Amino acid sequence: MGVLQIVLVLAVLVLLVKPLGTYVYHVFSNEPNRTDRLFGPVERAVYRLIGLKRRDGMTWRRYALSFLLTNIVLVALSYLILRLQNLLPLNPNKIEGMEETLSFNTVVSFITNTNLQHYSGETGLSYFSQMAVIMMMMFTSAATGFSVAIAFVRGLTSRGRTIGNFFEDFVKAITRIFLPLATIVALVLVALGVPQTLDPTLTVTTIEGAAQHIAIGPVAALESIKHLGTNGGGFFGTNSSHPFENPTPLTNVIEIWSMWTLPASLPFVYGKFAKNQKQGWVVFGAMMTLFLAFLALIYASELRGNPALNALGMDASQGSMEGKETRFGIAQSVLFTAVTTAATTGSVNNMHDTLTPLGGLAPLAEMMLNCVFGGKGVGLVNMLMYAILGVFLAGLMVGRTPEFLGRKIEPREMKLIAIAILAHPFIILVPTAIALLTDAGRAGVTNPGFHGISQALYEMTSSAANNGSGFEGLADNTPFWNISTGIVMLLGRYVSMIAMLAVAGSLVRKTWVPETVGTFRTDNALFWGILIGTVLIIGALTFLPAVVLGPIAEHLTLR
Amino acid sequence: MNPKRQSMLTRPLVQQALKTSFVKLNPVTMMKNPVLFVVELGTFVVLLMTVFPGYFGTRNDMGFNGTVFVVLLFTLLFANFAEALAEGRGKAQAGALKKTKNEITAHQVAGSGIKAVSSTELRKGDVVVVAQGETIPGDGEVIEGLASVDESAITGESAPVIKEAGGDFSSVTGGTRVVSDRIVVRITTDPGESFIDRMISLVEGAKRQKTPNELALNTLLTSLTIIFLIVVVTLAPLAKFVGIELQVPVLIALLVCLIPTTIGGLLSAIGIAGMDRVTRFNVLAMSGKAVEAAGDINTMILDKTGTITYGNRMASAFIPVGAHDVQTLAAWAAIGSLRDETPEGRSVLELMKRDAIRYDDALAEGGTFVEFKAETRLSGIDLKDGRQVRKGAVDAVKKWVVAQGGSVPADLDAKGNAIATEGGTPLAVAVDGVVYGLIYLKDTVKPGMRERFEQLRKMGIKTIMCTGDNPLTAATIARQAGVDDFIAESKPEDKIAVIRREQAEGKLVAMTGDGTNDAPALAQADVGLAMNSGTAAAKEAANMVDLDSDPSKIIEVVSIGKQLLMTRGALTTFSVANDIAKYFAIIPAMFILAIPEMRALNVMHLGSPLSAILSALIFNAVIIPLLIPIAMKGVAYRPMGAAKLLSRNLLVYGLGGIVAPFVGIKLIDLVVHLWV
Repeated sequence: MGVLQIVLVLAVLVLLVKPLGTYVYHVFSNEPNRTDRLFGPVERAVYRLIGLKRRDGMTWRRYALSFLLTNIVLVALSYLILRLQNLLPLNPNKIEGMEETLSFNTVVSFITNTNLQHYSGETGLSYFSQMAVIMMMMFTSAATGFSVAIAFVRGLTSRGRTIGNFFEDFVKAITRIFLPLATIVALVLVALGVPQTLDPTLTVTTIEGAAQHIAIGPVAALESIKHLGTNGGGFFGTNSSHPFENPTPLTNVIEIWSMWTLPASLPFVYGKFAKNQKQGWVVFGAMMTLFLAFLALIYASELRGNPALNALGMDASQGSMEGKETRFGIAQSVLFTAVTTAATTGSVNNMHDTLTPLGGLAPLAEMMLNCVFGGKGVGLVNMLMYAILGVFLAGLMVGRTPEFLGRKIEPREMKLIAIAILAHPFIILVPTAIALLTDAGRAGVTNPGFHGISQALYEMTSSAANNGSGFEGLADNTPFWNISTGIVMLLGRYVSMIAMLAVAGSLVRKTWVPETVGTFRTDNALFWGILIGTVLIIGALTFLPAVVLGPIAEHLTLR
Repeated sequence: MNPKRQSMLTRPLVQQALKTSFVKLNPVTMMKNPVLFVVELGTFVVLLMTVFPGYFGTRNDMGFNGTVFVVLLFTLLFANFAEALAEGRGKAQAGALKKTKNEITAHQVAGSGIKAVSSTELRKGDVVVVAQGETIPGDGEVIEGLASVDESAITGESAPVIKEAGGDFSSVTGGTRVVSDRIVVRITTDPGESFIDRMISLVEGAKRQKTPNELALNTLLTSLTIIFLIVVVTLAPLAKFVGIELQVPVLIALLVCLIPTTIGGLLSAIGIAGMDRVTRFNVLAMSGKAVEAAGDINTMILDKTGTITYGNRMASAFIPVGAHDVQTLAAWAAIGSLRDETPEGRSVLELMKRDAIRYDDALAEGGTFVEFKAETRLSGIDLKDGRQVRKGAVDAVKKWVVAQGGSVPADLDAKGNAIATEGGTPLAVAVDGVVYGLIYLKDTVKPGMRERFEQLRKMGIKTIMCTGDNPLTAATIARQAGVDDFIAESKPEDKIAVIRREQAEGKLVAMTGDGTNDAPALAQADVGLAMNSGTAAAKEAANMVDLDSDPSKIIEVVSIGKQLLMTRGALTTFSVANDIAKYFAIIPAMFILAIPEMRALNVMHLGSPLSAILSALIFNAVIIPLLIPIAMKGVAYRPMGAAKLLSRNLLVYGLGGIVAPFVGIKLIDLVVHLWV
């Protein structure tokens, strides 16, 4: 039954990839199409409003500068709103202004599409903040990531000097993709019982006569973009395990599709841009293979349950249900966990802290790789970076200077890629080590031993991968954790984005080497294997020692 | 090929390399190679811990630390040895070349007289006279006279070559010797820039510049090194959190095992050895970049004559004119060719043999051979009985016959033109005033060319044949040879147009050439291979020079370029893939004392933690010398498509790289475990 549920969800996903991917391609190919009649007037109004007169292509530098400046403006605005939310309207629950380090962490967390939440929505944010900061950033950060990914793909697949116009991409991502989809998903969620209201928290008298406060608010609107934009920040502290965020197994499945289909269709979009859809399917295949491996690991591990508890004679037939919702069961919980960390959404419908050690390893590893589908756009960019690395290593073995999509991989590209592959382990391992070395860091770690390592490692990995899910249990609303994860989130997002845009800018200017039988092909099964091998050897082995001391040691000693 | 330059692993070479291995331990030198520099730093730290155990609180681990130090030291020495060996072989070649570069006395033309100066004082533009038996003092161009020159010092070819003023055979190389006659040479290079100088500095590796591909790979290796540095440095605090104190030498051992020491140690040896292979092949490449570019070639432009075919000089039929018959024509043609040593002459006699046409060679006895002269364009024999036999170009023979008072047969021109239209060359045969007919000289494709073009096609390289022939003939030869495309009636500027067209499509183009009018095309091509026999301008424009002047060698140069890149890729893949096994050796060993359950990860069942760490470290060290032969010789390469090549190399070096260390570390552990 569990496997059947999983297979059904996967099957629908695979069926959605092509139509959605085709749609996304048409949005960004900038060629006239039917949808222009619907969205054109809206967009033209927006362009007029923001003073975008000419939508010329930008060089990678302009593109990077444009998206950085846009993000900086949004950050400044949001920070002010959070700090001053007590003075602003739509605050029926009289919530105070947010503290500095927490505001910093929250703003960074949402602009980087991470949605790490060191606050609890129902007590920490006014409705205005939820809508003007949280939901607004959920749209803009997703649109930023999407735009960068599309620009990167343009760099790989077109020639000239420019990789598109950021403002146009950004606006179109919102008007043509996120707003329409979010509207549809929000309405469906409302129909399925998710609240959408500006009324204050309900205070009701229970049958026993006690007064109970029931938090509500504009939940459905946030819930839809939270998943569509692979954001993950919940309206409530307990995120998608809260019955108002995710009331039924059906909403659970809808949320899974919402966060997964756009990242899963991006490889297809890439194939369309490359004018060779096999290229896209190879990337998709590699992502899916890795995903299935991690899903199998977590599913088997959770189903097996906790051997220590099983030994006490507890009923192990349901698997390890600790920290999970009974309405979802093992299959829907592990699938949600695997998808939310693969697509680096970071919403949770069960507490990852209570996953079995190997079950916790799967989401951790998916975030460490950050290319198994990956967050809005970033996942595809990272996977293509591994593809370029794979081409560079294996491509030499056909006796030619390595080429990717007909462009030579030369020192400049390798230097930029080196920055990206260096940054990721650096911002995960070094802060984790610092956290475990310092009192300020250790104060937040609530578990001794190997699980404590997992807690700290998970938090930093989640920040670095811009995932945002927490190994809840970490006492993370402290200046140390707020600031450290804030910095990690910033570096995790912008270093690799800028480096990869630079790669795109460098590749787009190169002359194309025509394909011959002597060319290393990147659209066949062999490359699928090379890609997975590269991800595992370069990406995964780096983290093996840390993982061995965390989840693996915990697993081995759990008797 | 020059036997002098085939010295492989001689004893002095190895001894010198051993010595150099230690010299290269100098940290200043090491710093250029970040991977090895990290190893050296680690070695130094472990040495300190071994020598001053009290200071570091490592008193109990002296044996282990000492062993780690020794293994690390050998890792460095092995890597240095690989590089030193490659350099040594290059130097040995350079040594042989240097012998030709002794200072000699040159006879410089000064005003109206001649003065003796040292060859080192000659500058560009100076004019010298070189007489029989003298050595040419520098690279230059013959401006007067004709001489045969012994170029064996450079090419290894012992037969002297003719050099003459003007035309395509005017360039001479310093260090070669004039065997006969006397020439006046204008020096074209300043001291230190001559052909031999460049060759010496290249093979010595002294001026070796890293190629773009090497730089890119170096970047990758450096970043891998930094990544693993981060991994290892952060491991200690993580372990400390759960109460495990990791020893510094153990961490250093892990670090050295993980960073790509294998490829880091062999990388420069691969580059030097690749250049060495090209030089050994008697091709002088101006840079490593040119050799690697050869591996990337998409299109190859080849001259028909001399490269693909022998040229229009093989007799293939006798065509009589007027009332004469084939037999008579053939007999006279044979008699006229009896003493003719040119290929055309030889081929006439061969055709006689093939067609079993009999003739009376006694007729020629006592006759006087008339050599081919540019003015007359005729050759032949004056027989004892006074009859004159002549063969030569149709118009030349016509003129001669008319001068002899004879008449030209009506069908001579028509038949001659027919041959020319088919792409052949007609050669008329006449005796005194009578024209007997024509020899049909046909162009013949060199044996083996078809197979080589087939190989090139498998490599994904398109071949374009350039010829001055008419389209019809060109098509015939192109079909026979199996080239992909041809340009008929091509002029020198056509070549450059083709190169530009191909390059505009993003293709890399290689071509060979020797004449001055080839120079612009040679410069435009990505890989231009000039013939040593060619003009100075051609050599200057090209980025490779073939000392044997064999234009078809470009095909082998492409193979060498590909092999160089493949070797680099294969050993990198091997080195990176090795990490998996090393992890499984060292990680359980590090933690097994504190977390006994870690033995589940000890998949190789290594004897003890210390033995596991040492075995991984020893494997990491010995794999370097074991791979030196591959680094030097290059991985085996046969022309085939990329897909097949990739699967094969991935299987050998990728999968092999994963499996080999599991086996190797286990075997080493079986021995090491006897002690620890």
